[in-house]
Amino acid sequence: MNIHEYQAKEILRGYGVPIPPGEIATTPAEAEAIATKYGTAVMVKAQVHAGGRGKAGGVKFCKTPADAKEKATAILGMKIKDLTVEKVLVTVAADIGSEAYVGIIVDRATKKPVFMVSAAGGIDIEEVAASTPEKILYVPVDVRYGLPTYDAMRMGFFLYEDVKLARAAAKIMQQLYAGFMAAGCSLAEINPLVVTPTGELIAVDGKMVIDDNELDRKPEIAALRDESSEEPSEVAARNANLTFIKLDGDVGCVVNGAGLAMATMDLVKYYGGEPANFLDIGGSSNPEKVVNALRIITSDPNVKAILFNIFGGITRTDDVANGIVTATKANPLKVPIVIRLTGTNEELAMKILTENGFTASSDMDTAVQQAVALAKGGK
Amino acid sequence: MSVFIDKNTKLVIQGITGRDGSFHAKQMMEYGTQVVAGVTPGKGGQKFEGTVPIVNTVADAVKATGANTSVIYVPPPFAADAIMEAAASGVSLIVCITEGVPVLDMTKVYPFVKEMGVRLLGPNCPGLITPGESKVGIIPGRICLPGPVGVVSRSGTLTYEVVYQLTRAGIGQTTCVGIGGDPINGTNFIDCLEAFEKDPATKAIAMMGEIGGTDEQEAAEYVKKHMKKPVVGFIAGQTAPPGRRMGHAGAIISGSAGTAAEKIDAFKAAGMGVAARPMDFVELIRERLK
Repeated sequence: MNIHEYQAKEILRGYGVPIPPGEIATTPAEAEAIATKYGTAVMVKAQVHAGGRGKAGGVKFCKTPADAKEKATAILGMKIKDLTVEKVLVTVAADIGSEAYVGIIVDRATKKPVFMVSAAGGIDIEEVAASTPEKILYVPVDVRYGLPTYDAMRMGFFLYEDVKLARAAAKIMQQLYAGFMAAGCSLAEINPLVVTPTGELIAVDGKMVIDDNELDRKPEIAALRDESSEEPSEVAARNANLTFIKLDGDVGCVVNGAGLAMATMDLVKYYGGEPANFLDIGGSSNPEKVVNALRIITSDPNVKAILFNIFGGITRTDDVANGIVTATKANPLKVPIVIRLTGTNEELAMKILTENGFTASSDMDTAVQQAVALAKGGK
Repeated sequence: MSVFIDKNTKLVIQGITGRDGSFHAKQMMEYGTQVVAGVTPGKGGQKFEGTVPIVNTVADAVKATGANTSVIYVPPPFAADAIMEAAASGVSLIVCITEGVPVLDMTKVYPFVKEMGVRLLGPNCPGLITPGESKVGIIPGRICLPGPVGVVSRSGTLTYEVVYQLTRAGIGQTTCVGIGGDPINGTNFIDCLEAFEKDPATKAIAMMGEIGGTDEQEAAEYVKKHMKKPVVGFIAGQTAPPGRRMGHAGAIISGSAGTAAEKIDAFKAAGMGVAARPMDFVELIRERLK
């Protein structure tokens, strides 16, 4: 789960990370009032789940409250990567001496959280990693011991020669690590970590991505989810316990299992079609899930044909068949449907479908070819 | 012959009285797996289906029955502790089926399991099956057939699809292993390839990967350097948009590492066969068994 910059900053502030004061505004007047209260130059920053906010014009420096109002007027309601900006963060602008990058991610290779720090902050860290890898220091952390001070100091000295700054940075790393663990993150970063002209360290931007598997046991973190900043069909799918990602094609896919779902999309493409979505109904068996899946898929006007690909293991194919029948009785389909199902209770499923006027096959390749042809207007 | 499990596998089921645990316990028993005990704290002394003794701890199960393998069906918040309990109890293989284990829990569990010298498969995996001998997990038994092909995969239903197509074509399997799709898992492709290379009964290997991470590229490197047996690979997610999560926590494209194209190139560079579609495994494997 993505959270906004201002939410990540609130968490990090709670662990002691020095962050300039800031507040959220949803109207230009609010932005002006916040800037007036601070009585100094501010940054107005779009709060959306997208990178490249600055390049898109969503982050602006404002000298005066009137300026903040004007910039907020421009930013609120603008679109960044298809997402509408509903909120801006108005935060005290920092004088920037130097910029460093500090990040921590869960690394598949070492199977540990790994710190990545670089004195070349403020820009794309992937670019730094690709072109000048020697400018990044990687420090894996054994979670059983936490981040020891000597490792934090090693990173501090990698960023700064001055021992005072190195110590201050080391402290921030330990605070970031504490926030990362407590919030159940898969990624947390401070970029840039800034040294001000007066020699103080401050975190000017913060980002956190939460592991979805943590949300059940961390309701206070789960409550940070901002559904208004997500694709509505993906929100509906998540609330129905489905994994759904909208794509640009016209073959709507309903599949059980993520690997098979991706392989099905690939096969649609292989036969010259374009998948309209990724949709995984998961392992458990429940006709209601199928009903929800069909509702989400048919609400996409681009969908010209629907393809079911179900390999019943835990999933009972008769449950899926019943779901298809129930859903289409309530809302008759306007587009053709191709059903492939095999596995657990296949004979029963076929019987249910045939009795209700559907045809189904047990071969994945044939079904995909058929769905692609139908989406193209064929028979 | 086979890898990791066979007819001598003595299985203890953690969470045997739960909804999933009890359903799959029956399925495994029907398949012929030696289910020697079940664990549900507080229900020690009872019997499952009138035959399998239930005990309070995995250690009790090992002591009383000589169990050497454990399978875990407990809910996600308790899965990490269940894995550690099994690792400390003296079993040599732990299979964790549970989906939704927080990845930070796994950063704690993984080094513990390694230090105990125990093999962990999963979490979030379908388990494994040695056709005709034993199954541990949830892979449907009836789609498998004994034979010469080792199967290893990161996903569940995609594994079933490929195994089913092989079986329909009369091509059987030594062992089918689902390693799971989570970012941190106990057993990776290389562990399985190494085991299949050593197993005299395995003559060819089918390997199904996914976008995200670099496990498949490292596996390809291993094939090139260390394997004499032929390997055929497939990558799911060739059409997945970059940067989007496709259900498996592990299937995230990070930078240039992890795209389908990159993985397929690594397979080709290692001299592996590449299946463009799941059904292509049948012909590619058949050619390599000749």
